[in-house]
Amino acid sequence: MEKRVRFRSSWLPWVLIAPQMAIVLVFFFWPAAQALRQSVLSQDAFGGVTEFVGLENFERLFADASYLESFKTTAFFSFLVAVCGLSISLLLATMANRVLRGAGVYKTLLIWPYAVAPVVAGVLWLFMFASPMGVVAYWLRMLGLDWNHLLNSNHAMALIVVAAVWKQISYNFLFFLAGLQSIPKSLIEAAAIDGASPWRRFWTIVFPLLSPTTFFLLVINVVYAFFDTFGIIDATTKGGPGKDTSILVYKVYYDGFKAMDMAGSAAQSVVLMCIVITLTVIQFRFVEKKVQY
Amino acid sequence: MNQKFAALALAALFALPAQAQTEIQWWHSMPGALGEWVNDLAKGFNASQSEYKIVTTFKGSYDESMTAAVAAYRAGNAPHILQVFEVGTATMMASKGAIVPVGKVMADAGVKFDAAAYVPAVAGYYTAPNGQMLSFPFNSSTTVFHYNKDAFKAAGMDPEKPPKTWTEVTQAAAKLKASGHACPFTTSWVSWTQLESFSAWHNVEFATKGNGMRGIDTRLTFNTPLHVRHIENLSNMAKQGLFVYKGRGNAADATFVSGECAMTTGSSALYGSVKRNAKFASGISTLPYYPDVEGAPQNTVIGGASLWVMSGKKPAEYKGIGQFFAFLSRPEEAAKSHQRTGYLPVTIASYELTEKAGFYKENPGTDVSVTQMIRKTTDKSRGIRLGNFVQIRNIIDEELEQVWAGKKSAKEGLDTAVSRGNEQLERFQKANKS
Amino acid sequence: MIERRPGLTFLSHVILLAGVAVIAFPLYLTVVASTQSAEQITQSIPMSMLPGTHALETYKTALFGGESAAGSRIAGAAPMMWVSLVTALIIPLGKITMSMLSAFAIVYFRFPFRNLVFWMIFVTLMLPVEVRIGPTYEVVASLGMLNTYAGLSIPLIASATATFLFRQFFLTVPDELVEAARIDGAGPMRFFKDVLLPLSATSTAALFVIQFIYGWNQYLWPLLMTTSEDMYPVVMGIKRLIGGDSYTEWNVVMATAILAMLPPAVVVMLMQKWFVKGLVDTEK
Repeated sequence: MEKRVRFRSSWLPWVLIAPQMAIVLVFFFWPAAQALRQSVLSQDAFGGVTEFVGLENFERLFADASYLESFKTTAFFSFLVAVCGLSISLLLATMANRVLRGAGVYKTLLIWPYAVAPVVAGVLWLFMFASPMGVVAYWLRMLGLDWNHLLNSNHAMALIVVAAVWKQISYNFLFFLAGLQSIPKSLIEAAAIDGASPWRRFWTIVFPLLSPTTFFLLVINVVYAFFDTFGIIDATTKGGPGKDTSILVYKVYYDGFKAMDMAGSAAQSVVLMCIVITLTVIQFRFVEKKVQY
Repeated sequence: MNQKFAALALAALFALPAQAQTEIQWWHSMPGALGEWVNDLAKGFNASQSEYKIVTTFKGSYDESMTAAVAAYRAGNAPHILQVFEVGTATMMASKGAIVPVGKVMADAGVKFDAAAYVPAVAGYYTAPNGQMLSFPFNSSTTVFHYNKDAFKAAGMDPEKPPKTWTEVTQAAAKLKASGHACPFTTSWVSWTQLESFSAWHNVEFATKGNGMRGIDTRLTFNTPLHVRHIENLSNMAKQGLFVYKGRGNAADATFVSGECAMTTGSSALYGSVKRNAKFASGISTLPYYPDVEGAPQNTVIGGASLWVMSGKKPAEYKGIGQFFAFLSRPEEAAKSHQRTGYLPVTIASYELTEKAGFYKENPGTDVSVTQMIRKTTDKSRGIRLGNFVQIRNIIDEELEQVWAGKKSAKEGLDTAVSRGNEQLERFQKANKS
Repeated sequence: MIERRPGLTFLSHVILLAGVAVIAFPLYLTVVASTQSAEQITQSIPMSMLPGTHALETYKTALFGGESAAGSRIAGAAPMMWVSLVTALIIPLGKITMSMLSAFAIVYFRFPFRNLVFWMIFVTLMLPVEVRIGPTYEVVASLGMLNTYAGLSIPLIASATATFLFRQFFLTVPDELVEAARIDGAGPMRFFKDVLLPLSATSTAALFVIQFIYGWNQYLWPLLMTTSEDMYPVVMGIKRLIGGDSYTEWNVVMATAILAMLPPAVVVMLMQKWFVKGLVDTEK
């Protein structure tokens, strides 16, 4: 993992990293420290009255039954988004890798959702499901399914999973396609000569060789589900019905931006940050092990 | 040489006043057509004098602009005037030193300011217990009952006789359902229409201490037998398909305008959309009530927003702000705004002006909201001032959704909402103890 | 592929078509909605699936502003698209330049605190911008950068995605190349310019696409730190059209959404080949 051959200079590396370090210190560490500081304070919205309260904000968080519920909801949601997102994109990528005609067209049509802003995606999905003009909601009712994502928790969860997965499919698709294309054709041909069927070839050769990509995407998708999906939830279910689609990051966003509860929001961010760091450390260990440089 | 000098001096004299125009920053959350209304108000004021210039900025939705203002204030960069929704009133009030009461601003600006000129139920919401007006009522609406006259006709009911009591609403809904209507009744802003305004309309408290007006140590009381009875009624209606829940906030409004739902309780400001876009004859009536409750109907509670003045600005700027508010309070200006937007008239004079001009006759139903509000308020119906109100409304949304979905009984839902809401009030009290 | 299996190929096409249908359906709906009039959209239950006849006027209104059918004045999206474009170009250019230099330093030099520096940069991935947005605003305000392109872009350059990716890539570059350069007497910066840069072309292209889209789709940060309406990016502009109390002109909203989607989509499609190649190279 380490380069054996290096350049020697006592001053050059410092010059090279200086711009990035400057920006990181000013625009990340300083604000992050402030945000963390807010988690041990009790303040009014405008910061006029400030009181140090130690871990009280955290105690309040963990004493709230609905906060603990949202851990479960988040885990369930992230699992669904990751599994559905990965399997569907893998299927599409494998198929796209197979066909010779129209591959370019398929690829183009499948990756455009990546260009859509999360805020806009949320609006689009709301537009499709919301009364009165919701086309998809109308069809579902025609099919006999009494679609009601406002009161039925399962429908609500299905809606946000679909919206979240839709956006990620293009991203996953690209990575899987890249991964598939970097598998040496010679290996596949050898297996074919040995008489293995496409199905067997996939599971015994392709899938194992794809595992670094799969693992990388798994963690990226989970982090995406954890962090970047509040826009979709805000546009569609707003955490409802009840609290059944209220995931952790939505609560952070809601408390910080809508309810003006800076302290609570900051405390929750600390908790979220710990979770993500754990996830990332795990990934770093695994990815480093499996990747051949 | 002398001539030149004199000319220069003269030029300098003329140049000075033009450069001394004081800019006043106004952040608002009015999108689309309402945004134009805001811009036109600023333009009108700017054109009427040359000392001050109001600069408007659309800063996103109410909560987005509040977040932006908080961040800006902490960075020493706040606007002069901020439009804040009614549920943010307690937060603004309790913020030590961040705001300057409007009454003070007007008085300091030397503007003639008569608190009694403002519609009591409107201004009362934004007034401190000692009578000082804290923020300027700007766009206030109230809860009314909208109904689809064509649907009524089709169901065999008299379109000019809307239901006035909740029993009549249930009966009308049953008839509508029998005539094939999929969504007889729905509602927007559940907490506002079915609990907050409901309480004021029946002259009962939503929270102790005059709904929080008299003290920061208020606690919620919307789980009394009357409230439980009402939510139970709605829950039964939901079970029978007479009341169809269409989402939080004002999501249900679109379903009324499109004709999907025949009756709804919501904001009086919906009138504008209905008039422009609905393809059916519609009517507005008063909020339904229970006639067996003593004191009902009293008055309803306002929604919308008001204008707050931030602290830390120069005296010249405050003078300009005071003059701007005086401009907005002129009867002709206030009347124009009321007629253009459908929001309530801010002053009694503007209401009378509008009435004299025959506006209400030409636009039947637009005076319903006003008549619900132009009454003397009681201690229990003046308005609501609760800290962390945004969270409390959210909690109410969540608990009531469980009730509509049949997961909880009305009593359970309301009791849980009260206890969860009280936690929020306790926290606010603690964070803002003087 | 290797053998001919028409059945499987047919199945592949079917699956791909189904996938495209589902993925592209929202796009189709958006386009259709942008060609109808606002009234048509809300009055028909459900919305009609066929294109309407109002495309030209809707797009004109969306792009250049003007009176909408319901009588409200709409600000044109064209100036907002310019703001988005500038921001979306500054961010990748700034990020790529900075990160390449830092990754180069971290991989090819040994200096004290090297690991600490790397982790300091890496940890920026773990706290999303939404969480630290309030304090970041204070910093930007105190530097006088509000309402500027610098303020819109520089804080977004702070995260480490690019550095991390370049580090991964540089680690795959064979040592022989470095040795050859040293034997030729080339200094580190010559090596960087003549060897690393050309090799990194595809990774750079991939990163450019990712960062362009990231910058283009920003909503929360521009919302907080711009007060002047001529510094609004187009994604913010879309939200502005969706009314609270008043009526939403869905056709203009959809048309603006399409306009907002076009540049990133074009970038993605044009650089698609490079994009995939860049990812492939980084993976190896």
